[in-house]
Amino acid sequence: MPKQSDLPNAPDQNSGASGSELRVVGVSRRRVDARAKVTGQTRFADDISLPRMAHCKLLRSPHPHARIRKIDVSRAMAHPGVYLVLTGKDLPIEYGILPVSQDEQALCGDHVRHVGDPVAAVIAREELTAFDACDLIDVEYEILATISDPEEALATPEPRIHDYGEEGNIHKRVSLEFGNVEQGFAEADEIFEDTFFYQGSTHLPIEQHAAIAIKDPEGKLTIWSSTQTPHYLHRALARVLEMPAAHIRVIATPNGGGFGGKSDPFNHELVVAKAALMLDRPVKICLTREEVFYCHRGRHPVLMKFKTGVKKDGTITGMHLQTLIDGGAYGSYGVASTFYTGALQTTTYHIPRYRFQGCRTFTNKPPCGPKRGHGTPQPRFGQEVQLDKIAEKLKIDPAGLRLRIVESSNAVTANFLRLGTVGLGECIRRVVKASGWNEKFRKLPEGRGIGLACSAYLTGAGLPIYWNKMPHSGVQLKLDRGGGVTVFCGATEIGQGSDDVLAAIVAEVLGVTTFDIRVYTGDTDLGPVDLGSYSSRVTLMAGNAAIQAAERAKAMLAEAVALRLEVPKERLRFADNRVFDSEAPEKGVTFAEAVCLAEARFGTIGTVGSYTPPKSPALYKGGGVGPSPTYSYTAAVIEVEVNPITGWITVPKVWIAHDIGRALNPALARGQVEGGVYMGLGEALMEEQEFRRLPKKLSHALVHKFPSILEYKSPTSLDMPDVVTELIEEPDPRGPFGAKEVGQGPLLPVMPAVANAVYDAVGVRIDEVPITPEKIMKALAEKKAGRAARFGPDHFPQVNWPEALRVPPPWEGGDGNAVNDVPRPAKPRAEKEKALSS
Amino acid sequence: MATLPIESQKTSQIRITLNGEETDVSFAPYKTLLEVLREDLGHTGTKHGCELGECGACAVLLDGKPVLSCLVLALECDRKTVLTVEGLGTDGNLHPLQDAFADLGAAQCGYCTPAILVTAKALLDQNPHPNRNQIREAISGNLCRCTGYLQIFEAVEAAILKIAGHSKQAT
Repeated sequence: MPKQSDLPNAPDQNSGASGSELRVVGVSRRRVDARAKVTGQTRFADDISLPRMAHCKLLRSPHPHARIRKIDVSRAMAHPGVYLVLTGKDLPIEYGILPVSQDEQALCGDHVRHVGDPVAAVIAREELTAFDACDLIDVEYEILATISDPEEALATPEPRIHDYGEEGNIHKRVSLEFGNVEQGFAEADEIFEDTFFYQGSTHLPIEQHAAIAIKDPEGKLTIWSSTQTPHYLHRALARVLEMPAAHIRVIATPNGGGFGGKSDPFNHELVVAKAALMLDRPVKICLTREEVFYCHRGRHPVLMKFKTGVKKDGTITGMHLQTLIDGGAYGSYGVASTFYTGALQTTTYHIPRYRFQGCRTFTNKPPCGPKRGHGTPQPRFGQEVQLDKIAEKLKIDPAGLRLRIVESSNAVTANFLRLGTVGLGECIRRVVKASGWNEKFRKLPEGRGIGLACSAYLTGAGLPIYWNKMPHSGVQLKLDRGGGVTVFCGATEIGQGSDDVLAAIVAEVLGVTTFDIRVYTGDTDLGPVDLGSYSSRVTLMAGNAAIQAAERAKAMLAEAVALRLEVPKERLRFADNRVFDSEAPEKGVTFAEAVCLAEARFGTIGTVGSYTPPKSPALYKGGGVGPSPTYSYTAAVIEVEVNPITGWITVPKVWIAHDIGRALNPALARGQVEGGVYMGLGEALMEEQEFRRLPKKLSHALVHKFPSILEYKSPTSLDMPDVVTELIEEPDPRGPFGAKEVGQGPLLPVMPAVANAVYDAVGVRIDEVPITPEKIMKALAEKKAGRAARFGPDHFPQVNWPEALRVPPPWEGGDGNAVNDVPRPAKPRAEKEKALSS
Repeated sequence: MATLPIESQKTSQIRITLNGEETDVSFAPYKTLLEVLREDLGHTGTKHGCELGECGACAVLLDGKPVLSCLVLALECDRKTVLTVEGLGTDGNLHPLQDAFADLGAAQCGYCTPAILVTAKALLDQNPHPNRNQIREAISGNLCRCTGYLQIFEAVEAAILKIAGHSKQAT
């Protein structure tokens, strides 16, 4: 069996039909799980019911910040129909998605940190009983001062929301410098300084999170959950329940929408697991919509300051970006999110010198985390709006300016990200042409405008969350004598089509149809580990693992068939459910016969494949966030109409081009692009996770303004504009059949393109999202009064930044290391971690 | 013996025609049609996203009209006809709407899909040739977070053509 490193990721050219024609890949096709979805047979977590099943409800804190003085559960326990009441002391071990932020408890110990933090769980025969019994739990709280935003967090070190982090209520501070940025500014003809604010928003998957756990007949634990990351839930369960991971089976049910919101291990999952083990009966929980808002992990609100130096022709000489990030009450992915607010600025245009400073604070709000684009839509918004301002000042067309400075394929950026194919230039040219940009920009009548913006995104994070040398994705194949092929993989279907990707790739390589393939995914017992559906990693990583496994199976079949047909195996083709001589196509065997021949020769046919991303040249501390095997690119042109009397904005049309490398199933790829545009328009125009303080006499608590779908505005079918989608297919050799990601990237240019179009329409800059009629009216009033025609933040607070790690960029002889890196002293948290793990 | 809490008392009973079948069901009196369908009748094809009438994921057809089953008391449904996604296909074949949704990418995560399918069916039953705006209007109460709706519109339009083709053949 060849080693992984010996095998190319590109499939053998004999795959598929004769010639290089692909039969499955690249063809718009019914996805493998479509029939289940349109018949209502897809089994989501809450669709599972088991005999003797009990129901769980969580009692959640009504206070944003408090100490728990006392909990008395005796009345709830005595309530008829109640089986069990759990509190923090039953689940004391802390967990969290990142090794550096193990700061959550399944049920709070003595400290609640946001409205909705769970303090107790009731498990009862009926759901309504559990709900009623929650009211019978007596909790005595000592109210603490509430911290509502990062500026307040910086100014208020006490009370601390957590006893770890940098200091006070600062969770994480980052300071990185790639080249001498001041020198870059000195060489500039113009310096631009702008501040932007990007409001937080939430994923709003239509499926509410649900989980059901059982002690299985052997006495081990099985949990079904709507999670995007069964592998990380597996780890958290083993840790919190103090059980061997081998005795825990996590099954990720198909997610009814994820968008990043189901990527953390959640308190309710740990609670039902614990309860099922204690009660020895199935325990289910399904969150209410209000609770889903409290789980959150959505888009971080970010205040940003960009200072950018440019030459007269638009060439960038240096950039300094500062971000101040509202993390909410827990760490979640926040350390990664902090780095991501600065990591990808260099991937679109050539930036020779770059300084990034980011600071995440804790606040008493539901925790923020990864939402589609994870930490990058916010700075991309600022960068692309500022570029529009730069183009105007320099009197250069914004499309032409961008084309001039686009980064080149295979470049290594100032912060040592190694790019793959860069199709951004082609994306820009395509949307410019399709939209009639040259006839419209600055030429449309007052009230109508057009805007352009670009972006890039990861095709999978280059490093795993728990650093190790093992593969990021694994695939096992089983071939049976009837010609059936079964694919086992830990990948998680969240609606994006990952099951279809696996089936399509294996079908293409083995020359069968996707209907001949069964896919078992998201099950930690059945399939090898795939790290999860996050960072747009599944198509590339699971896809490459699938190619490897399929090529290995194909090699075995080819050898056996070659003997039977007495033709050299290199001449064999796999297509149309047959294996045949490419020079005499009538000479061949069926695929099922080929499997039998191979099984007779080699024994039972099963193969494996795995994928590990290439090593990144970014060796400095913090260089772990940003590397990816390759990056996708997107450009969008958006047309808007703004009513100057009311400020009302409508979007009649969007043109978007996405550099996808290759679309494995173009219908699904287009759906991802359009879905990204839709979600981006929601963030651009209306979606916001807003909070307000109750009046002082009512506790002054910080409460969620809109924990309901009705009040949290999202676009409906009536709001959705026409979208012209162009897929740019320039296969990237790093991706399976050349494919790059499409799930997240297309959202990113939407918000800045809308902002730039609003400026073209009515001449005001809205330097924050969402861009609402109210903000437009305010900016129009400023303009009328002869002041700056803009709405947005006007200052960036003082942050005590640490000394920057100085990393000379490649063109200054840098080797990827910082020149002033000093080992940091061990933190108290790290010691605690060490003590816990030993 | 202690009295069972109300949620454990299946004291209410109705008879409905569910997807063409006469069906008797007993349930706790406070339950909504959604809860009875999912919990007492095992028809989990109908989904929920809020249970407050906000998201549209629980739409079913009650006497042919789309209703949000989370806002309808099951007790109100006695002697009525209920159609859910499980009843869309006939004779082992998918409804043209189901085929089109499956073929054209109109179902991504598939969670809002059952409700949109029955809502679209109600539209086509009433108006076999709706234009794009009428389709937009008809499903404007069904939120979809994945697709951006466009492939849903296209799938409904493809189904319209297919149904029209069939009825032409039939005449």
